[in-house]
Amino acid sequence: MYVAVKGGEQAIRNAHELLAKRRRGDRDQAELAVGQISQQLALAVARVMTEGSVYDPELAALAIKQSAGDLVEAIFLLRAYRTTLSRFYTSQPVDSAAMLVERRISATFKDLPGGQVLGSTFDYTHRLLDFKLLAEGDSEVAEPAAPAPRQTDDGTMPRVMALLEQEGLMVCESSQGTPPADITVDPPAYPCDRSARLQALVRGDEGFLLALAYSTQRGYGRNHPFAGEIRIGEVEVSILPEELGFEVVIGTLQLSECEMVNGFSRQADGEVRFTRGYGLAFGQQERKAMSMALVDRALQAPQYDEEIKAPAQQEEFVLSHCDNVEAAGFVSHLKLPHYVDFQSELELLRRIRSARADETMSGENDDEQ
Amino acid sequence: MSEQIPNDQTLNSQTLNDQALNDPTQRRQQWMAILAKAPAQQLLALAEPLLGERHFDLVRAPETGLTQVRARMGGNGEQFNLGDMTLTRCVVRSTEGYLGYSFVAGRNKHHALCAAQLDALLQSGRDAAAVAGRVIDPLRSELAQQSERKRQESAATRVDFLTLVRGED
Repeated sequence: MYVAVKGGEQAIRNAHELLAKRRRGDRDQAELAVGQISQQLALAVARVMTEGSVYDPELAALAIKQSAGDLVEAIFLLRAYRTTLSRFYTSQPVDSAAMLVERRISATFKDLPGGQVLGSTFDYTHRLLDFKLLAEGDSEVAEPAAPAPRQTDDGTMPRVMALLEQEGLMVCESSQGTPPADITVDPPAYPCDRSARLQALVRGDEGFLLALAYSTQRGYGRNHPFAGEIRIGEVEVSILPEELGFEVVIGTLQLSECEMVNGFSRQADGEVRFTRGYGLAFGQQERKAMSMALVDRALQAPQYDEEIKAPAQQEEFVLSHCDNVEAAGFVSHLKLPHYVDFQSELELLRRIRSARADETMSGENDDEQ
Repeated sequence: MSEQIPNDQTLNSQTLNDQALNDPTQRRQQWMAILAKAPAQQLLALAEPLLGERHFDLVRAPETGLTQVRARMGGNGEQFNLGDMTLTRCVVRSTEGYLGYSFVAGRNKHHALCAAQLDALLQSGRDAAAVAGRVIDPLRSELAQQSERKRQESAATRVDFLTLVRGED
């Protein structure tokens, strides 16, 4: 328990001024522009948009600048701003099959229709610091060589999962048109719907989900994953405004999608099929999408009668601890004044110790007698 | 007021002549999509000479809010909520009485206002050809070029993986 305290206004004001000064850093350096952040730190922006739950690169970049690069603080800022805006519409479901693909890989099929496209990736880099980037001035950026046109390629990229579904080897996703849960309106009650789980996982902390995903690979709720398909690219978003009565495209989003092929199990119809996990995030966020897909599959344990014995399989544990705004809030609240609370603990401890001292004293006296 | 805008029927607009799009609603959907996706600065620069001093009543001033973005589990299953995105909407009425609407991702109110005004003009027989030819077509080709550039950049990173036989024996 903590109690209200008064005073300290001047100190707080000064602390905030000092924060602004430290954030600005050495004035010999040019000030960082929000546009530079959204262009040149796009992956940080993607994380803030995903976990902050608002797709708006400029706002996310502003939050990163304001938080001096503390991304969890930036996510908090974006979530707070989000509450000041009304929600006008709900979009039509985005169609990731119609994505303008920037990257698409599969670890399950070497030759797949549409091919493997690496896009911009850290994969295959040697993770050596590039001291060329340390040099002042604009570093030379080479244009990638134009590829030889491929006759066999009609430009379409069918889903890897669809190939397995067609053969009956993969559990199918199907739509009954059930309206999805919205945890921003109704907090999840456990056990909850998969739609609520996925929404929570999208907003969930990348590091937390990565660790949970890793734990399943190390044996805490193993689900035998293969990266069936990872795709990154742009999709159109459209809404259906009542006043118009027809669908309109409002713009595009960059998304990262991961479809994980997981260990097979016997289904209700007696057939054995692969199971699956799904991950989706704003911007280029492959690690997040993969982690989400692994955790999504782990949380399907009850559906496949799997014994729930690992943290990643425990829905309430995962969902109620994955949000870093909530988690940071509760951990940070320990900084609030707990003076009275602590005084009572101190009092109690002193009483226990003095009572013990009295006992010992009287015990010693007994011996002497 | 409209004198300064040449009623240029000779402009060969793809938007208006697209044979595949006989349905007026489809045509409108197409130009609204182009207006929404267009880079704001370019849109405003192209529209400026056409909109000039034309008058529009503001039916709904540009306002920014959110759209909940939905996705599907596994890409084609049940829906779930992915997160929100910012959106600015606007409604205007032209002097001819056409209602122009815009729904534009982001928070740029100038963009939304301009898109709504052009939507109103594009519905009018008098202005449609000029707006389509001078604004929509250039934007359409700009957007197509952007997509093509991205497609080519990605295509340069296409790989053919070879499986090597592991030397196990």
